[in-house]
Amino acid sequence: MMHAVWLIPALPLTGFLILLATGRRMGDPKAGYVATAMMVGAFVVAVGVFFDLMGLHGEERRFQQDLFSWISVGGLDVHVGFLVDPLSVTMALFVTGVGALIHLYSVGYMHGDERYPTFFVYLNLFAFSMLMLVLSDSFLLTFLGWEGVGACSYFLISFWFERPSAATAGKKAFVTNRVGDFGFMLAMFLIFATFGSLNYVPVLEGAHELTHVTATAIALLLFVGAVGKSAQLPLYVWLPDAMEGPTPVSALIHAATMVTAGVFLMVRVNPILNLAPGALTLIATIGALTAFFAATIACAQNDIKKVLAYSTVSQLGYMFLAVGSGAYVAAIFHMVTHAFFKALLFLGAGSVIHGMHDEQDMKYMGALRKWMPITSGTFIVGWLAIAGVPPFSGFWSKDDILLAAFEKNKALWFIGLLTALMTAYYMSRQVFLVFYGGERWKKPEAAEAHGEDVAHDAHGAHGDFKPHESPPTMAFPLVVLAGLAAVGGILKSPLERWLEPVLAHPHEFASSSSTKLGLIVVTTVGALSGIGLAYSIWLRNRVRAETVEPEVLRHAWYVDALYQKIVEAPGRALANFSAFVVDAKVIDGTVNGVGALVRAGGTRLRTVQSGFVRNYALAVAVGAVAILAYAVARSA
Amino acid sequence: MSGSLPILTLLVLVPVLGAGVVALMPRDNERLLKLVGVTFAGVSLALAVALMFDYRATGTGFQFVSDHVWIRSFGISWKLGVDGISLFLIGLTGVLFPLVIVGPAVHKDVKGYVAWMLLLEAGCMGVFMSLDLFLFFLFWELVLIPMYFLIGGWGYDRRIYATLKFFLYTMVGSALMLVGILTVVFLHQRATGHLTFDVVTLANEQSLASSTARWLFLAFAASFAIKVPIFPVHTWLPDAHTEAPTGGSVILAGIMLKLGTYGFLRFGLYLFPQAAVDMAPLFLTLGTIGIIYGAVVAIMQKDLKRLVAYSSVAHLGFIVVGTFGLSQQGLEGGVLQMVNHGLSTGALFFLVGMIYERRHTRLIAELGGIQRVAPVFAGVFMLVMLSSIGLPGLNGFVGEFLVLIGTFVTHRWWAVVATAGVILAALYLLWAYQRVFHGPVSGENATFSEMTMRERAIMAPLVALIVLLGVYPKPVLDRIAPSVRELIAHVQEHSDYRQPAVAAGAAER
Repeated sequence: MMHAVWLIPALPLTGFLILLATGRRMGDPKAGYVATAMMVGAFVVAVGVFFDLMGLHGEERRFQQDLFSWISVGGLDVHVGFLVDPLSVTMALFVTGVGALIHLYSVGYMHGDERYPTFFVYLNLFAFSMLMLVLSDSFLLTFLGWEGVGACSYFLISFWFERPSAATAGKKAFVTNRVGDFGFMLAMFLIFATFGSLNYVPVLEGAHELTHVTATAIALLLFVGAVGKSAQLPLYVWLPDAMEGPTPVSALIHAATMVTAGVFLMVRVNPILNLAPGALTLIATIGALTAFFAATIACAQNDIKKVLAYSTVSQLGYMFLAVGSGAYVAAIFHMVTHAFFKALLFLGAGSVIHGMHDEQDMKYMGALRKWMPITSGTFIVGWLAIAGVPPFSGFWSKDDILLAAFEKNKALWFIGLLTALMTAYYMSRQVFLVFYGGERWKKPEAAEAHGEDVAHDAHGAHGDFKPHESPPTMAFPLVVLAGLAAVGGILKSPLERWLEPVLAHPHEFASSSSTKLGLIVVTTVGALSGIGLAYSIWLRNRVRAETVEPEVLRHAWYVDALYQKIVEAPGRALANFSAFVVDAKVIDGTVNGVGALVRAGGTRLRTVQSGFVRNYALAVAVGAVAILAYAVARSA
Repeated sequence: MSGSLPILTLLVLVPVLGAGVVALMPRDNERLLKLVGVTFAGVSLALAVALMFDYRATGTGFQFVSDHVWIRSFGISWKLGVDGISLFLIGLTGVLFPLVIVGPAVHKDVKGYVAWMLLLEAGCMGVFMSLDLFLFFLFWELVLIPMYFLIGGWGYDRRIYATLKFFLYTMVGSALMLVGILTVVFLHQRATGHLTFDVVTLANEQSLASSTARWLFLAFAASFAIKVPIFPVHTWLPDAHTEAPTGGSVILAGIMLKLGTYGFLRFGLYLFPQAAVDMAPLFLTLGTIGIIYGAVVAIMQKDLKRLVAYSSVAHLGFIVVGTFGLSQQGLEGGVLQMVNHGLSTGALFFLVGMIYERRHTRLIAELGGIQRVAPVFAGVFMLVMLSSIGLPGLNGFVGEFLVLIGTFVTHRWWAVVATAGVILAALYLLWAYQRVFHGPVSGENATFSEMTMRERAIMAPLVALIVLLGVYPKPVLDRIAPSVRELIAHVQEHSDYRQPAVAAGAAER
C-alpha cells in the first residue's frame, strides 16, 4: 500500500480534471458526489499507508517515493516525490478524512448554487494542493502545494465574485499571503545556499551542522511564511475577511487544513528550530499574543462566522505557542483536535445559516435548539471541546500547550490561560445567542430595515418562516465530527509515540505531576468561569450587552483602518507618483525633451543650409583659417 | 533531418518566401491570404519543432551550423547555428507567428499585415541564429522595419508617436552597436592579422584591453538595454505595446524584447566576459529596479494593455538579473523565462485584444463583472495571469525561481530585493483581474460574449505550453543546461569570476 502513496494527491487531481472537463454536464449533485468519492478514495489510501507505516519499527518509519524530476539545474535537484513519515501521514489522514466529510457536506450545502460544479472543481484542486504540501519530500514541492492552496483559497473566497466584498477579500487573502511567501522563498534560497539541496531528508539530517545565525535566519524566514499562511500577527487580517467564501470553504480551508500549514511547516523543520532558541521564543510570543488578541475580538462579533474566524486565528496562535515552546507534538495534537471541533463548528454554523435562510447575525437568532436538534446537539459538543471542558478533545490538547508554555515562560502561560477563559466565554456567548434564549428572528420589515451589518444574500429572511434542520448529507458529517471532537483526546499518548521519529529532540515535560495537576485545575476553572460569565451575561442578562461589547472590539481594534492608513494609502500614493510623475513626467519627459531638443537644433541648423554659395564659401574660408591656425599653434 | 538539409537557412528563407508569395497575391481574398501566411509560418513551426527534437541534448557548442563565405574580403559569412540558449527562442518564434497571423482580427489590408509578419519572423529567426556579427546586425535592423510598419499601419490612435519613438530609440542603440561591432572586428584584426566577423572566433581569441572591452561592452549593452528594455530606457515600450495591433504587441513582447536579453547572453557575456563581470553590479541593480519599478508603475495603470506592458518591464528585469547573476540556475532560469514570458505575456496580449474586439475599450474602469457572462474566457485569463504571477505548477514560476535562487547564491542582496517583486506582481494583476472580471455585471459588459472556438484554438497551444513547462520543464532545462555551463566556463576562463560550488553542483566540484 505504501507504494500507492502517490494516489493520495492523484485522486483529487483526477477529480479536478474530470470535473473541469465534464463538471457542467454532470451538474448538481453528481459533480459533488464525484468530488467526494475522490476524497473518500484518497482517505482510504491514506489509511492503508498509515497501517503499512505502523507495521515498521520507530526509526524505520520513513518511505520515499520519487515520481519524476521537476526542476533540476546545476546543483539544484528537485523531484516530484513524497516523504511518507509519521508527520506527513498524520497530516494526510486528517486532511483527507475531514476533507471527505466537508466535501460530502458541500453536496447538500451548495445544492442549488448556479456554479455548483465549479465549486467542486476548486475544492478538489484544493485537496490536491494541500496533500502535495504535506506529503512532499522537498521544500520546493511543499511550496507548490503552499501556493496552490493559496490560489484555491483565493478562488473560493471570491466564489461569489459578484459581491465586491467577496472579490476584495479573495484578493486580500492572496496578496497578504504573498508577503509571507516572500519569507518562505528567501528561506529556501538560504537553505539551498547552505546545504546545496532543498530536499527535507538531507537538509534536516544535516541541520546540526548549521551555525546559530543561519539556523535563526532560516527559522525566522520560514516563520514569516507561516505567519502569512496561518494568519498570525501582523498578517492575520485576511482570514476574518475570508469568511466571504461559502461556509464549507471556511471549515475546510480556513479552519481545518490550509491555515494549519504554517504549523506543519514549523514542525517539519523542528531540527532547525531547535538550534534557534531566539526564534523559538519569538514564535511562542507571536503565537501567544495572536491567541489573546484574536480572542478579544471574537468576544464582540455578531456575525456567527466572524466569531469562528477570530477564534481560528486565536487557536492557531495556541499552536504556535506550542511550537515556540518546543512542544511540537502538542502543536500537532491541537491541530488535529482543532480540525475536528472547528470544522464541526463551522459546518454547524453553515447549517444554521442554511436553516435560517442566509441569516448570519447572531442577534437575530435564538432558540434554534428546538428547531435544529442535530445541528445544535453537535454544535454543543464542538463548543465544549473548544472551551476546554474535560473530557472533550480540546481540553487535552490545550492543556498540553499550556503546560509547555508554563515551562517555557510564565508570562506566556498566563496569556494563554486568559485566552482559554475568553475562548470559553465567546463560544458560550455564541451558543447561548444562537441556540438558547428567545426567538429573535427577523420579521420581514425588520429584515428590510436592517441590512448594513452583515452580507445578506438576495432572499434574506422570509415572513413567518421556520428554521429547518439540514439534509442528511449535511447532518452526517456533523455527527461524525462531533464524535471525533468528543473523543479526540484519546489520541494524546498514541500521537506522542507516533510522532517521535520525526522529532529531533522529543519534548519532555519536566514539571512534577502535582504541578501538572494544578495547571489542569487552573485551566479547567478558567474555562468554566468563562462559561459561567457568558451564562450570567447572555442568559441571565445580568450585564447589559453593550458594556461587554465595546466599539473598539467590535471593529477589531481598528487594525484594518490602521493598515489602510499606514500601508495602503501611502502605497497607493507611491504607485501613483511613480506612474504619473516619475515615469510619465521625469523619465519619459526627459526622453521627449531630448527629442524636442534635437528637433529644435535641427530647425536652427536648417538655416545654415541656405543655398547661397557665398555663405558656404565664407564657411570654408573660416574653416581653413581655423585649421591653419591650429596647425601653426601646434608646431610652434 | 540532420546532415544534408540546411534547416537553419530554411527557417529564415521559408518566411521570406512566404512574404514574397503573399506580396504577389491579390489583396481581396483575405481568407486565402491568411491561409497562405499561416501555411508558411506553419512550415517554419514544423521546422522549428523538428530542430528541437533533432537537437542533441548532451551536445556542446553550436549545432546545425551552416557556414558559407559571403563577402570574403571583409571576413563576413552566412553563419548560422543553434545552441541551448537559442533553441527554444526559435521554438517560441515558431509557435507565436502562426498564431498572430490567424489569431487577431485584422481590420484592413490583410495582405500587408501577413507579409510584414512573415518578414518579421524571418528577421527574428535570423537574429537568434546568427553567428556572424555582420549578419546579426543585418537581421537586428531588419526586424525593425516590419515592426515599424505594423505599428504604424495597423495600430491605434497614437501609433505615429509610438512608432517614431520606438524607431528612434532603437536606432540610437543600433548606431552604438554598429560602432562597437566594427571596433571589435578591427581591433581583433590588428591583434591577430585576421579579419573576421565570426562570433565564435572573436569570443575565443580575446585580445582586447580591459578598458576597451568595457567601452565596447557598453556600446553593445546600450543597444540591448533599449531592446529589453532595462530601466530607465524603457518608456518606448508602454507606448509601442499599447498602440501596436494585437499581433504586433504579441510579437513585440513575446519575441522582440528577447532580442535584447538574448543579445546580452550571446554577445555581451560571450564576447566581453571580464567587462560583463565588472559591469554585473550595474546591470543587477538596473534589473532589480526594473522588477520593482515596473510592478509599482503597473499597479496604477488605467489601460489594461499598458498594465500588461509594464508587467513586461518587471518580468524582463528578472531575466536581466538572472543573466548578470552569472549562476547556472540564474542563466538557465533567465533563458527559460524568456520563453515563459513570451508565452504568458503573448497570451495576455491576445486576451486583451479579444477584450478590445468585444468592448472597444481597454480602460479597466469601463470593464467589470465579465466572469459572470464569460466564465471560460475568465478562466483562461486567470490561468495565464497566474502563470505571469509565478504560481508554482505553471511555467512562470520555474524561470523566476531559478533566477532568484541562483542569484541569491552569487549576489545575495539583489536577489532579496528582486524577490519582493513577486508580492507586487500578485497585487497589480489580481487587482486588475478583480476590476475587469469580478463584481456585478452591467451595461455593455453584460453582452460580453464567451470565448469562440477560434479563440479557444488560439489560446489552447499557449495554455498547454504554460502548464507543460510548469509541470515538466526537464526536457527544456536539460537542453539549455550544457550551453549555459559552457558559457559560464567561458566567462570563468576569460575573467576573474568563479561560480560558487553550490550553484554549479557536484559535477563541477
